[in-house]
Amino acid sequence: MIHSLFLVNSSGDIFLEKHWKSVVSRSVCDYFFEAQERASEPENVPPVIPTPHHYLISVLRHRIYFVAVIQSEVPPLFVIEFLHRVVDTFQDYFGVCTEAAIKDNVVVVYELLEEMLDNGFPLATESNILKELIKPPTILRTVVNTITGSTNVGEQLPTGQLSVVPWRRTGVKYTNNEAYFDVVEEIDAIIDKSGSTITAEIQGVIDACVKLTGMPDLTLSFMNPRLLDDVSFHPCVRFKRWEAERILSFIPPDGNFRLLSYHVSSQNLHPLRSASLVAIPVYVKHNITFREGSSQGRFELTLGPKQTMGKGVEAVLVSSQLPRGVLNTNLNPTQGTYTFDPVTKLLSWDVGKINPQKLPSLKGSMSLQAGASKPDENPTINIQFKIQQSALSGLKVNRLDMYGEKYKPFKGIKYMTKAGKFQVRT
Amino acid sequence: MSASSAFNDEKGGSSNVGEPEYGHDPASGGIFSSDYKRHDDLKEMLDSNKDSLKLEAMKRIVAMIARGKNASDLFPAVVKNVACKNIEVKKLVYVYLVRYAEEQQDLALLSISTFQRGLKDPNQLIRASALRVLSSIRVTIIVPIMMLAIKEAASDMSPYVRKTAAHAIPKLYSLDPEQKDCLIEVIEKLLADKTTLVAGSVVMAFEEVCPERIDLIHKNYRKLCNLLIDVEEWGQVVIINMLTRYARTQFLNPNMNVSTADKEEKEKKKTEATAIVRRKPYVMDPDHRLLLRNTKPLLQSRNAAVVMAVAQLYFHLAPKAEVGVIAKALVRLMRSHSEVQYVVLQNVATMSIKRRGMFEPYLKSFYIRSTDPTQIKVLKLEVLTNLANETNISTILREFQTYIKSNDKDFVAATIQAIGRCATNIGEVRDTCLNGLVQLLSNRDELVVAESVVVIKKLLQMQPEQHSDIIKHMAKLTDNIQVPMARASILWLIGEYCEHVPKIAPDVLRKMAKTFTNEEDIVKLQIINLAAKLYLTNSKQTKLLTQYVLNLAKYDQNYDIRDRARFIRQLIVPTDKSGALSKYAKKLFLALKPAPVLESPFKDRDHFQLGSLSHLLNAKAGGYQVLPDWPEAAPDPSVRNVEVPEWTKCSSREKRKEKKADKPFYSDSEGESGPTESADSEDEKKSEKKSKPRIGSSESESEEDNDSESESSESEEESEEESEEEIKKKKKRDKTHTFYIGVQMFATICKPAWLNMQFLLNPLPVSVPQTIVPSGNLKTYELLHRITGEGLSVEYCFSRQPFSPDPHMVAVKIQFTNSATSEAKSLHVEDAKLQSGMRIKEFPEIEVLPAGETVSVVMGIDFCDSTQAANFQLCTHTRKFFVSIQPPVGELMMPIFMTENEFKKEQGQLMGMNEITEKLTLEEKCQGEHAIVQRVTTAANLSRVPCGSDKEFAGKTVTSGSLVLVSVVTKENGAAQLTVNCEKMVIGTMLVKDILQALTQ
Repeated sequence: MIHSLFLVNSSGDIFLEKHWKSVVSRSVCDYFFEAQERASEPENVPPVIPTPHHYLISVLRHRIYFVAVIQSEVPPLFVIEFLHRVVDTFQDYFGVCTEAAIKDNVVVVYELLEEMLDNGFPLATESNILKELIKPPTILRTVVNTITGSTNVGEQLPTGQLSVVPWRRTGVKYTNNEAYFDVVEEIDAIIDKSGSTITAEIQGVIDACVKLTGMPDLTLSFMNPRLLDDVSFHPCVRFKRWEAERILSFIPPDGNFRLLSYHVSSQNLHPLRSASLVAIPVYVKHNITFREGSSQGRFELTLGPKQTMGKGVEAVLVSSQLPRGVLNTNLNPTQGTYTFDPVTKLLSWDVGKINPQKLPSLKGSMSLQAGASKPDENPTINIQFKIQQSALSGLKVNRLDMYGEKYKPFKGIKYMTKAGKFQVRT
Repeated sequence: MSASSAFNDEKGGSSNVGEPEYGHDPASGGIFSSDYKRHDDLKEMLDSNKDSLKLEAMKRIVAMIARGKNASDLFPAVVKNVACKNIEVKKLVYVYLVRYAEEQQDLALLSISTFQRGLKDPNQLIRASALRVLSSIRVTIIVPIMMLAIKEAASDMSPYVRKTAAHAIPKLYSLDPEQKDCLIEVIEKLLADKTTLVAGSVVMAFEEVCPERIDLIHKNYRKLCNLLIDVEEWGQVVIINMLTRYARTQFLNPNMNVSTADKEEKEKKKTEATAIVRRKPYVMDPDHRLLLRNTKPLLQSRNAAVVMAVAQLYFHLAPKAEVGVIAKALVRLMRSHSEVQYVVLQNVATMSIKRRGMFEPYLKSFYIRSTDPTQIKVLKLEVLTNLANETNISTILREFQTYIKSNDKDFVAATIQAIGRCATNIGEVRDTCLNGLVQLLSNRDELVVAESVVVIKKLLQMQPEQHSDIIKHMAKLTDNIQVPMARASILWLIGEYCEHVPKIAPDVLRKMAKTFTNEEDIVKLQIINLAAKLYLTNSKQTKLLTQYVLNLAKYDQNYDIRDRARFIRQLIVPTDKSGALSKYAKKLFLALKPAPVLESPFKDRDHFQLGSLSHLLNAKAGGYQVLPDWPEAAPDPSVRNVEVPEWTKCSSREKRKEKKADKPFYSDSEGESGPTESADSEDEKKSEKKSKPRIGSSESESEEDNDSESESSESEEESEEESEEEIKKKKKRDKTHTFYIGVQMFATICKPAWLNMQFLLNPLPVSVPQTIVPSGNLKTYELLHRITGEGLSVEYCFSRQPFSPDPHMVAVKIQFTNSATSEAKSLHVEDAKLQSGMRIKEFPEIEVLPAGETVSVVMGIDFCDSTQAANFQLCTHTRKFFVSIQPPVGELMMPIFMTENEFKKEQGQLMGMNEITEKLTLEEKCQGEHAIVQRVTTAANLSRVPCGSDKEFAGKTVTSGSLVLVSVVTKENGAAQLTVNCEKMVIGTMLVKDILQALTQ
């Protein structure tokens, strides 16, 4: 399946190669570089590139291209999903997945890649299993290893490999038993010029950090499970139980994992009905105009909270790609700071917290290229924000129970709402 | 280069051994000298006794490999650490081996015995990794060993090892496709395996080796369906894709007599209607239902590939009414990484053509954000266009209007195309779209205008007579539009449809004639075009204008325009000299041009299995398995029936063992848990049964194989090393220096070889030179043909005499015949190009070989117990010939004398992997004892064990002195069993082949 893997950095150097079958010359990447040159933006490189003898499937993460070389038919998503899993594993092991981190830990990277694929077919991708085979590098362990001569490589088959719960290792012990769950919702929306919602949907995840001794069996129930329109589970969740009772029942992996992703949509059966199920937490008043023949344009932007269930809107960041004709801007924010990059034409305004009494605004003028005609397009405004202690959809966890172990764990649940792809057209 | 040198610096910083860093940086001095230096240093570290130094060295070597630097010259130094006790060193050595074994086949062979020992290790992880590495070193010569190891591992008690065996199957297949039949047997066996761990891997092997053997699936179909949910995610993808294909061959089309809304299909239905009526009403096969039911929960998988696999299964297999469930899951995937989005959108685009209704509720999920990458935008646009219908078109068009204002021009162009397609598909909005597009003609961006004009042109070509208004409108636009491309396009349109606007066209030409000199070149060309067309249709009004335009063009600065004017004048203006062409001028200019077709590039892409690479590229990729059409009549469904008494028996066990009760983790429903449950417990039973004989055998092995005792290993290693050195010293006395290196390497790397050297020193098996086969029967081979040798022909044979100057060499008798007319002088050997370890003892130079004479000489070759050819040059006084001698495996040994008791004892010690047994049917002529002995001894240089009850033969390999024991036991009707015991697996397996051939042909 996957023949070889090349890691390419943003300046186009191949800094790591790994082959699982016969060696494929790195010159095969020339086709990739060609495609890269043709693409205007880094993310526009096609994920699948056919070459005379191979196919290149690549993903871009953390400004590194992971280019897999394929020789015959294979589902492209299979490869893409695997490459993302590789990146996630690196991140899990080294904290970050950067060129420097990979180079520093090249041996561990190689050992990991060796375990993750056999003959190009995934062998062990479960983080718990990998960590038993190859222990993540820590400073303490490095020191101990140099003194005692022990290694980072496990000698026994990981217990998970053979069990029916491959995601959990046996013999886990903690002095403090804790289980934390973060309900994080992201709202994706497109708001049109007049302020009405074109589309809005909520993408939520429940991320867990479970540190429990032994083999606990957990159940998590919601106050309002019908809210969840579409869900995808970590393999540990028992699907039948969810189907029948809408209860999440699972033996958790050890450590951090994503238990559930879900989707709350406003457009179930009436594609043309305006989105009313999803409350939009902020509104934007804007007035961006260019006049024909004048070298000045007006820019006015005001933000305000709307349907936030009494919680404050924080960490607000507004960014907008202004038309190419704009030379510079002269704006005054009532709060926060703004920057404008005259080369990329990117305006960004770090607002901070929205005070409902005194709404933040950004006003002023833009100077245009003299003599150039008025730009046709109006910029889109992208907004990021956070609302703590609230899930926008109103999803609430009812209770968390543990079976199978005697001790009493410490439990915690946190809610947060963030802006996902939140765009306002002007 | 700069990045990699920086990388070295970092490496240097992190390495905690106080070794000086040698300059890898090309700037720090000559690359080559420092390279040598560094490698010497690494070699030293690898040779040291300290594991930490070895580890450090291996880490640096692996870092070199990772950067794509060549580290192959370290092979000998690395490979001898293959048996290192430190597991991390060992693993890194494996990494190295797998990378370079292909390039250094001979040296790689030396590591094989370690893996063979690993295959018998009590630790399943070690057994599995030994098999993994053994099957990953792509050395053709060990194919038989791999085959054996795979066969053995396929019935290992550990499912993990069985999984590894399944992984090894495609590796062996790609190395030697001739093993297919044997491998299919193993696949068949593993397909019957009932553990989830193995299922995915073996189906993968099935897909790579024998995807056409769909019959192997029948018996396992229900089991695979039931296990599916518990299989690891990657296996799920492969199994689902395979089952899709399977279902297409075994079940009936669930949609065959459902009336559909699709117009196309309705038409088809009409023609087929009569046939359908007679058909029985459709009832879905329960197995078909089982597959659909068991895959559905996987739509909730977190793995996008699994979701896509289920989606394509439903698309290709489910009844129309049920396909809808996949839409939601696919829409969910669009939140994922942009690469996932890209692939999913491609598939949604194809699906949305066939099943538009499915995605309609999710229309808004395909709305485009300004931050999407262009390739995603274009795909979303494609989906939106496919989804457009009478009810939603106004919303979609409103969206499109926003997109047109984007500053991503490629995207705007795609949007205009999309509007064009909506307009052709939905008649109601054609005029609105046209008007919108006409407005776009005044856009400042040339690309937008050009694209709009092209689309308008296409739309108008469909029904020009209804749109003379638009043509008139466009004619008016010529006053305002400045973009040359647009002006040119409008002129072309007016020219093309001048009959629909008979009054305006000449007027436009008049205006254009006025501004002709100020126009751009492309516009000028179109003015000439327009003039020509008008002259042909309406010469009364435009004759003078045309002449005027042509005259202007005649003196234009651009030669293209001058040429065109001259050409057109000749063509259209009738003169005395004008040829036959002018008669056809009208046909030439005003031929009916076919309207361009506006259809989705994704139309009919669903003949490729969705989700596949071939579908994405819209071209068949290598190894793609065509998705077959539904059969007309369903094949016999009973082939999938499996006898079930096995698990009814098990159910009592199940109750006893409470622990088992929670085993099937996902499948909670009673109906499904049955088979899964039984699968596990049955397997348990099997492995228990198996484990007993295994324990027995491993005990006997450990007696023989001292190394597997880990506790005493350290002290033993030391003693081993000491004795190794002794041997080295002894050898050193009578060997040449070069040979010494070979032996040293050999002795240190290859433990069993060393053990056999002990045999040599021990008096036990005394070698008695015997010549059983008279030299007259020896087979001769050609070394140099008379023609290539320019009259000199050379033949050789293996004389089977001991080579007296060196007992470790095989004697080769070489016979020169000079059939030329002149004499050949000074025949000798030169420039031997030998694999490492091999040696040649040349024959004394033949000074003169007169014409017509024949002379024989003997030379010795140490083949190092491998069948690699010895290459050297044969020189005469005038010419040099490249020749090579490749020994049959039977010549690599010499006979030894042994009593029957000794034979039995030695045979008892060479069991397990060292023993190869084959059943055969003797050929008619060689059923007698004498014939068998004759044939075996001809095939291999062995001697018969005297007074043996069976036909037993003994020998030892020439170089290392490993014992080779062969016995042939005959049974009734010419059936026989051949057993070969040899420490050297390679030799053993090859010998079996040769003897088999000798006995059966």
